[in-house]
Amino acid sequence: MNPIVHALVIGVPLLTFLMGGAALATWFERRFSGKMQTRWGPTVVGPAGLLQPVADALKMMQKEDIVPRAADRTLFNLAPLFPPFLVIASAAVIPFAATIDADGAVKATGVVADLDIGILWVMALAGLMVFPIWVAGWAANNKYTMLSGMRMVAQGISYEIPMVLCALVPVIFAGSLSLSDIVAYQAVHGWNALSLSPSAIVGAVAALLFFLASLAEANRIPFDIPEAESELIGGVMVEYTGIKFGIFMLAEYLHTIVASALTAVLFFGGPLGPGPAVLGLGWMLGKTLVLFVLIYWIRWSLYRFRSDQLMDLCWRILVPLSLVLVMLSALLVAGGFA
Amino acid sequence: MQEQWVSALVFLGLAFSVPLSMLVGAALVRVRAKSNLEAKYDTYECGEEPDGPAWVRFHPRYYIVALVFVLFDVEAAFLFPWALTLRELGTLALVEMFVFVTVLLIGWAYALRKGALSWQ
Repeated sequence: MNPIVHALVIGVPLLTFLMGGAALATWFERRFSGKMQTRWGPTVVGPAGLLQPVADALKMMQKEDIVPRAADRTLFNLAPLFPPFLVIASAAVIPFAATIDADGAVKATGVVADLDIGILWVMALAGLMVFPIWVAGWAANNKYTMLSGMRMVAQGISYEIPMVLCALVPVIFAGSLSLSDIVAYQAVHGWNALSLSPSAIVGAVAALLFFLASLAEANRIPFDIPEAESELIGGVMVEYTGIKFGIFMLAEYLHTIVASALTAVLFFGGPLGPGPAVLGLGWMLGKTLVLFVLIYWIRWSLYRFRSDQLMDLCWRILVPLSLVLVMLSALLVAGGFA
Repeated sequence: MQEQWVSALVFLGLAFSVPLSMLVGAALVRVRAKSNLEAKYDTYECGEEPDGPAWVRFHPRYYIVALVFVLFDVEAAFLFPWALTLRELGTLALVEMFVFVTVLLIGWAYALRKGALSWQ
């Protein structure tokens, strides 16, 4: 198929799924937290408050655009362009479905661009994320946004290391950076984090660390120090009004969906599962949904870490542990266990 | 494979159109207030008069972490090609990477002992 047509045929539904998912995520978060705290959450707009995201979007579109006098106008207006762009773009390499070849091999499909550097693409885009956040924090010329931006950079670069190293574990097992090759490997050898093979123990720990590091990259509790309402008001978004504020929130919700999908593909077989290959899309969405709910469950159950505890956890435990995991997975490969 | 890159580029464009269309759309429909009070454009400081600019020198607390980060990031750059060729290169690559990672972990322990990774 023509690559441009291919990108549109797969990309437009993917984009719709991500945007619709992010809108529903705002509704879900409020309803879910309501259930957890024995209150209702939104109920007025639409059945069960389902149209609340639409109302919120309309409200944000209409709000007046205020740029503080002291802010750097150009950078302040440029920064909101990038967070959702980077998050959505990283979803380009995630396979959402599976087919079975004539020779019986499972092949991952439903991917916008099956790049042979798949994981590198995701990690590169995730690594860029600290720039728009820091630019936003600096450009507003506000003390809260400055502190928040600085914390965000410290946290973002720190948690990038365990994230990259843990993503290397399935790469070592599969011997490929391509996400569809990693799915194909799991079709033969069982899910990386959940199978009877001894490699699944290493895979499960790597999955846990990867998931935690993704939470930190997405600034979700217990790692949401950059936002930390009770001390930093609203993090780097303090001075943003209307749709620009909405764009930062959108990026955060998108990030939870993409992080769930990525964890599902890397460690839980992605579109693999019992039943015919046609069900692949269902399996993938189901696994993503489970991890997605887990993120929100954690967010409404746990406290926020203090900034230095957060850095300690990363540098004293996660970084050395993920290095050990990488070497263990290499040993498993050399020993013929994976 | 080049076709995949074309698809990726098209999707980059699609992804960029999302925030762009939101900003442009909001610029078309949003309210423009007639009153322009001075105070509206003040920097937010919990309702107080803003006390000087935020662009001042302050202690970022974790500046050595940035240096250690570069170290580990470069190391990750070495690990990626190694991970891909591990099966072909076999034991030699495995031993070499063990030595490399051990040296790196010693460096990590040194940084930890020196307090480079703690709140300064």
